[in-house]
Amino acid sequence: MIDTAVFAVCAAIVLCGAVGVVISRNPVHSALSLVATLFGIAVLFLQLDAELLAAVQVIVYTGAIVVLILFVIMLLGVDREDDLATEPLVGQRILAGIAVAALFGSLVLVFVGVNQHGLSGAKSQGAKLAGPLSNVTQIGRLLFTDWIFAFEITAGLLTIAVVGAVVMARRPASYEPLPEPEPMGDEAQIEDAAESEVGA
Amino acid sequence: MVLASLNPVSYLVLGALVFCIGALGLLTRRSPLVMLMCVELMLNAVNLTFVTFAHMLDDVSGQVIVFFVLVVAAAEVVVGLGIIVAVARRRPDANADDISLLRG
Repeated sequence: MIDTAVFAVCAAIVLCGAVGVVISRNPVHSALSLVATLFGIAVLFLQLDAELLAAVQVIVYTGAIVVLILFVIMLLGVDREDDLATEPLVGQRILAGIAVAALFGSLVLVFVGVNQHGLSGAKSQGAKLAGPLSNVTQIGRLLFTDWIFAFEITAGLLTIAVVGAVVMARRPASYEPLPEPEPMGDEAQIEDAAESEVGA
Repeated sequence: MVLASLNPVSYLVLGALVFCIGALGLLTRRSPLVMLMCVELMLNAVNLTFVTFAHMLDDVSGQVIVFFVLVVAAAEVVVGLGIIVAVARRRPDANADDISLLRG
């Protein structure tokens, strides 16, 4: 009974947050809606016996990733709002809606099959969820035994991401220190447009 | 277990719903920051599905995979935000359509 109530509340939070991310005009509101969604999913993780992942979800996602996104929003200017009324490509929203509805329909069909026939996968033999070991111990053991190669590749991926971020954030060596503040907004765009037309 | 009274398929449907909302946002929004957040939504929906299947099959491996998804999400955010900042430095009002100007 209580499980159902917790699930209903969390599902409502998750869905409202997800819709808020998509329909908010202000990116800050999108980011805060994303926080709501991530918290709701963390509670659902707790319900599904994934205690470590619930903690990691709150620390890494809401603590690091969303803060990073908010940082960039503030850096680029917090007062910019998207114009959602105009549709840049004609028919794009309708086509996207149809495609996504088809995707959701096919996913639900699969889940109805799961509901009727059960999963085809075999139950775990060696890594049971409800064993004598704690969740953290089990995940740690698996991470450093069965999944060790994936773990090492992950280390490489992180290194590449860090190097890539540094390379992109750095100014090129030929970039001279700006003598005067760059013209902002429309002027710069017009100039750039003129330049690109001359270049073409 | 905790879920004795609750059908795990409801978690799967919730995950599918969040994934589809994220996909809809990714397809329709123009601001690269919001598109990045929609990708995060989709990754989280997949995480929820992984954990649900791990619970249904009584297997911790599904939770280990969620760890790798988390790492990929973090790397993706770092590189994506780097690109967004680098583009915004040159063209403050650029949106996802304007990236095609990179063709030169």
